[in-house]
Amino acid sequence: MEMPTPNPDILARKARIVERLREVLPRDAVIDDVHETRAYECDALTAYRCPPLCAVLPASTQEVSDVLRICNEEGVPVVPRGSGTSLAGGALPTADSVILGVARLTEVLETDYENRFIRVQTGRTNLSVTGAVEEEDFFYAPDPSSQLACAIAGNIGMNSGGAHCLKYGVTTNNLLGVTIVLMDGTVVEIGGAHLDAGGLDLLGVICGSEGQLGVVTEATLRILRKPEGARPVLMGFDNNEVAGECVSDIIKAGVLPVAIEFMDRPVIRATEAFAHAGYPDCEALLIVEVEGSEAEIDEQLGLITQIARKHNPVELRESTNAEESAKIWLGRKSAFGAMGQINDYMCLDGTIPVSSLPYVLKRIGEMSEEYGLGVGNVFHAGDGNMHPLILFDANKPGDLELCERFGADILKLCVEVGGCLTGEHGVGVEKRDLMHAQFTAEDMEAQLRVKDVFDPKWLLNPAKVFPLDVTESRRVA
Amino acid sequence: MMNPVTEAELAEAVAGAAGPLRIMGGGTRPIGKPVAGELLSVAGLTGIELYEPGALTIVVKAGTSVAEVEAALAAEGQRLPFEPMDHRLLLGSTGEPTMGGVVAANVSGPRRIQVGACRDSLMGVRFVDGRGTVLKNGGRVMKNVTGYDLVKLMAGSYGTLGVLSELSFKVLPVPEAVAVILIEGLSDEEAVRALSAALGSPFDVTGAAHAPVGVDGAPVTMIRIEGFADSVAYRAEALKTLLAGFGEIAVEADPEKTAAGWRWVRDVEAFAGQPGDVWRISVKPSDGPRVGAALKAQGLLYDWGGGQIWARVGEGRDIRPALEGVGGHATLIRASEDTRAALPVFQPEPAPLAAISAGLRAQFDPRGILNPGLMG
Repeated sequence: MEMPTPNPDILARKARIVERLREVLPRDAVIDDVHETRAYECDALTAYRCPPLCAVLPASTQEVSDVLRICNEEGVPVVPRGSGTSLAGGALPTADSVILGVARLTEVLETDYENRFIRVQTGRTNLSVTGAVEEEDFFYAPDPSSQLACAIAGNIGMNSGGAHCLKYGVTTNNLLGVTIVLMDGTVVEIGGAHLDAGGLDLLGVICGSEGQLGVVTEATLRILRKPEGARPVLMGFDNNEVAGECVSDIIKAGVLPVAIEFMDRPVIRATEAFAHAGYPDCEALLIVEVEGSEAEIDEQLGLITQIARKHNPVELRESTNAEESAKIWLGRKSAFGAMGQINDYMCLDGTIPVSSLPYVLKRIGEMSEEYGLGVGNVFHAGDGNMHPLILFDANKPGDLELCERFGADILKLCVEVGGCLTGEHGVGVEKRDLMHAQFTAEDMEAQLRVKDVFDPKWLLNPAKVFPLDVTESRRVA
Repeated sequence: MMNPVTEAELAEAVAGAAGPLRIMGGGTRPIGKPVAGELLSVAGLTGIELYEPGALTIVVKAGTSVAEVEAALAAEGQRLPFEPMDHRLLLGSTGEPTMGGVVAANVSGPRRIQVGACRDSLMGVRFVDGRGTVLKNGGRVMKNVTGYDLVKLMAGSYGTLGVLSELSFKVLPVPEAVAVILIEGLSDEEAVRALSAALGSPFDVTGAAHAPVGVDGAPVTMIRIEGFADSVAYRAEALKTLLAGFGEIAVEADPEKTAAGWRWVRDVEAFAGQPGDVWRISVKPSDGPRVGAALKAQGLLYDWGGGQIWARVGEGRDIRPALEGVGGHATLIRASEDTRAALPVFQPEPAPLAAISAGLRAQFDPRGILNPGLMG
């Protein structure tokens, strides 16, 4: 993974930059000791590491503004960081950059059940947003699998999804407003507790911009009343294609499940050995969850199982109570951990039209043989967001590179069938160089021009999202 | 008038434009500051490019009529989730509303509170920028975080950033049944409290409106639920119980009557043919009644749980002082050309935001030829 050469001039000015940052932040909020900055050398994409020039942990919007103003004046790149759970290297620093962590911005600023929103500082974790409204039976819908740790700031940066977005949408559909600090330190409010923008939808373009347009310090989020209940049904098939058809038929029938999750045989076997969820040993497994009152759930599950039966499932297990539901979800929720037990893996995140599911699974299988690397599939089938896990041996020379080439081929396949490189993890550095597969030079140029407006000096997370050769003239300008 | 029928012709028309262009789809939504310029019609770019009911996806050319798209979806038991308003009655316009127009104005109806706005169902766009370059963003999948989301930026940009040529949407199944809870005689404050109670319940409300003057002259509060028949019946009962304290409750489940009732709300039929300017205001629902009262309007209609206010007021009057100290925005939807030229049609933005909006327009349309000045 190529990163820009650190600017020697910035490295030489480290002491002065740190001193200026210390003038606006408490002593312990500026971390410049070379041992301590190691904590910020990578995010969850651990294959790539680089300690930053320093890290800062501002505790207010004003402090964020002061930090950005100074970095802007000094011409220092800033890499915003939520909780560091990005799988795409979104928070990977360069040696000449300042990591701006939002970990100290964790307050709940306002909860309003009558108008159904919560306003929080963005260092707060995803799950603790729901935690703040749970006693009134409300919840915040986007639920990325890292929700225990990941910060709202990162969710907004990557426009995070989760298992339940088939019904509730992703972050952008649940974000009502932000307080954002621009690179020159200007603090701007966009949106609020009301719906939709009065002018251009700037909120829409900020969400998912991977920390390249500004640092979001506060967010107004839509909260929803919890459904009366939810229950899944598990179904096993002896053929991926048939499972794919079943997904399509369920969607066409007018049922709108909150989640349709898919696992293939390698993943089923690994999770079974790891979590003992009692999954059948079959080619493909679907978990379909619906919500509502007991009677409503029964009705919907009845309809879904009726559709499933037409596809000759090898197993059909309707949950009747919370314990059975937990058991059905147990394997799915431990899938990533289980795969990690047997091997190193790289997790991809391409999205495809649901109709291409069988074809893409077949091609991934063929490519797996060509590359000689195993692959497991576990993903959100309802919205076509795939998560192929490519298995490799990090200790074997050349295996990571082989795995990356295989991954790139899978993502190109996703684009070919009408999908995209990343559905919810973001581009970061991981998929940066694949952007050519999805966008023409002009398509990318249009996006760069948006950054030109928000961050004319190209200092915010500059080495991400777009191929380095595409952004070079702007980054050095 | 330029009337391209392909995307390539559209790009040529923009690239070769000698001066400002006035961009039009079906011409049924004359919203915004009056624009002087040569007419560029997108109505010739028509057709459904792809429709996959099993993937809940439809891709259409921007000039395709809303009616054609809705008919194609209905044939498969599906629909556009966001219930786009038809502005013809309110604005007294004629012609065929197009999908490009719906997106350009980010037009959403009562179901916006549950499924989101037009921009939330829009998955991909193709458009021609002010240089005449064909650009694409997004695609035809719901989950897509590849690069910046220019799809949202294009929705509601009224043709000032680019001319839309192709659009892809997520669609949803038409539910089996619908029921509407009706409460008569509530004050605006009581009504919004009732709507909030319903929207804060687990019963999945898909419409929440209040008309201080209903069809028969009395105040009426309307709450819609949709889904499978048994489920709708169950939730209607549950909502009746929940809202019992607000007054006598009726339930209407006749599909034609409920559809007509929500069309009346969606299209603001109450103000059709009535004198005065019409404003659309978005605030948080609990601010709705206070703002509504401060407007001193000749007519009011509350949608989106009370947060969207349609107000009919005397001609030429700027109502924005009524929003003083309240978060939200107001758009002048219907007024004479003179009034639209004199008053800000869109909510004035604070300086840093206005600078960003102007910067984006300059980047996408450096010659300033796409509906120049329409958004102020």
